[in-house]
Amino acid sequence: MGRTYRISLPGLAASSLVLVTLALALIFFVAPTDADQGFSQRIFYFHVSIAFTAYLCFGLGAWKALVHLWKRDPNADLESYVAIHQGVIFGSLVLLTGSIWAKISWGHWWLWSENQLVLFLVLFLFYAAYFMLRFSVDPGPQRANLSAVYALFGVILIPISFLAIRLAQHFIHPIVFTRDGPQFGGWILATYIVSQLAILVLAYTLYRLELSGKWLDLRLRELRATAA
Amino acid sequence: MNYLADVRALTRKDLLLELRARDTLPAMLIFVVATFVVFHFALPAGSSRLAASGLLWVAIVFTALLGLGRAFVPEREQHVLDGLVLAPCDRSAIWLAKSLATLAFLVVAEAVALPVFALFFHGLRGSTVAGVALADLGICTVGTFVGAMAVVTRARDLLLPLLFLPLAIPIVIGGVGASVVSDPGRYLGFLGLYDAVFALLCWAAFEYVVTE
Repeated sequence: MGRTYRISLPGLAASSLVLVTLALALIFFVAPTDADQGFSQRIFYFHVSIAFTAYLCFGLGAWKALVHLWKRDPNADLESYVAIHQGVIFGSLVLLTGSIWAKISWGHWWLWSENQLVLFLVLFLFYAAYFMLRFSVDPGPQRANLSAVYALFGVILIPISFLAIRLAQHFIHPIVFTRDGPQFGGWILATYIVSQLAILVLAYTLYRLELSGKWLDLRLRELRATAA
Repeated sequence: MNYLADVRALTRKDLLLELRARDTLPAMLIFVVATFVVFHFALPAGSSRLAASGLLWVAIVFTALLGLGRAFVPEREQHVLDGLVLAPCDRSAIWLAKSLATLAFLVVAEAVALPVFALFFHGLRGSTVAGVALADLGICTVGTFVGAMAVVTRARDLLLPLLFLPLAIPIVIGGVGASVVSDPGRYLGFLGLYDAVFALLCWAAFEYVVTE
C-alpha cells in the first residue's frame, strides 16, 4: 500500500507556504489596481487559479480512475477519491470567491449569467453524488469500480455542461454581462502566474497529506486485524 | 449477429415482464398526467407559453426517473443480475437491452403525455417533438446506467435521482432550447452530441458496473 514520492511532504508544505505568502504579497502590494473594478478585482488572481486547480483535480481523479480500470493499480482508487475530494474543496472555493466577486462587481451574490459559476454548481452537485455513491457501497473492488466509472462520467460532463450552459445563455439571458478580458501583461501576468503556482502546489500538498493520512489509516486497520 | 440476438432476447424479457405484470407503465402514465394538473395550478394565470414549455421538460425528466427507478427491481429481487453476468454474453448487451426496454416505456408514456400537454396547455411544435425524441435516447442510456449503479448500493432508490439529475441538466437545457427558440437546430445538434458521447461511454464502461 502506498507509493514513494521524490518530494517529501514537509518540503511541499514549506514551498506552498512560501509561494502562497509571495502570491499574497504580489496581489496586495505589487499588482496594479484595476481601473474599472478597483481593489476588488484582486480576488481574480485567486478565483481563476482556484478554478483551474479544481478542473485539474477532477481531471486527475478521472485519470486515476482510468488507471484503476485499465491497469488494476491497487493505489489508483484511493488516489482518484482523494483527487476528487480536493477538487470538490477547491470547487466550493470557486463558488465562494465567485460569489463574493459577483456581489462586489454587480451587486448580486448569485448570477446565472456567469457561466463559470453555474458550471461549478452543476459539478458540485455531480461530485456530491459521487460521495453519496461511494459511501453507500461497502469497501472493495465493486466500490472502486463504481467510483471509477462515475469519475469518468464527470470528466465527460465538464465539457458537455460547459457547452450546454453557453447554449442556455441564448434563451435564459439574452443580455450577457460583457467585460473586457483581463489585459495580461507585466506585473499582472507575473502575479497571476505566481498565484496559480501557489494554489497548484497547495492543492498538491493537501492531496499528498490526505493520501498519506488515508494510507496510514488503512495500514493501521490491517495491523489491528492481524493483531486481533 | 450474436450480440444483437442477445440484446433482442433481453429486451423481449423486459417487455414481456411488463406486459404480464404491468407495474411500471401505468404508474408512469398516471404520474405524468397528475404532474400536468399540478403544473396547471402552479402556473399563475397569464403565465407565458415559455414557462409551460419548460415545465413539460420537468415532467418528462421526473416521469423517466420513475420508470428508471423500477428498471432494475426485478433483477434485484430475483437475483437475475447474477445470472445475466454469468451468461456467456457481452455485458454491455445487458445495458443496451435494459435501455431499449426503458425507452419503449418512456415513448409510450410520452405518446400519451404530449397530446395531453397539447390539450391542457398549448400546441406542440415539431422541434419540441424532435427534442423529446433525442432527449429520450440520452435519458434512457444514462439513466439505465446510473440505475444499474444505484441498485447495487445500500441507498438504492434514494441514490438514483442524485446520480441522474446532474447528468440530466444538459438534456434539459438542450430540450428547453429546442422547444422555445426560433432556430432549434443547434439545440437538437447538442442533444444528438450528448446522446452519442454518453451512449459510447456507457457502452464501454458497463462491464465494470456489474463485475468486480
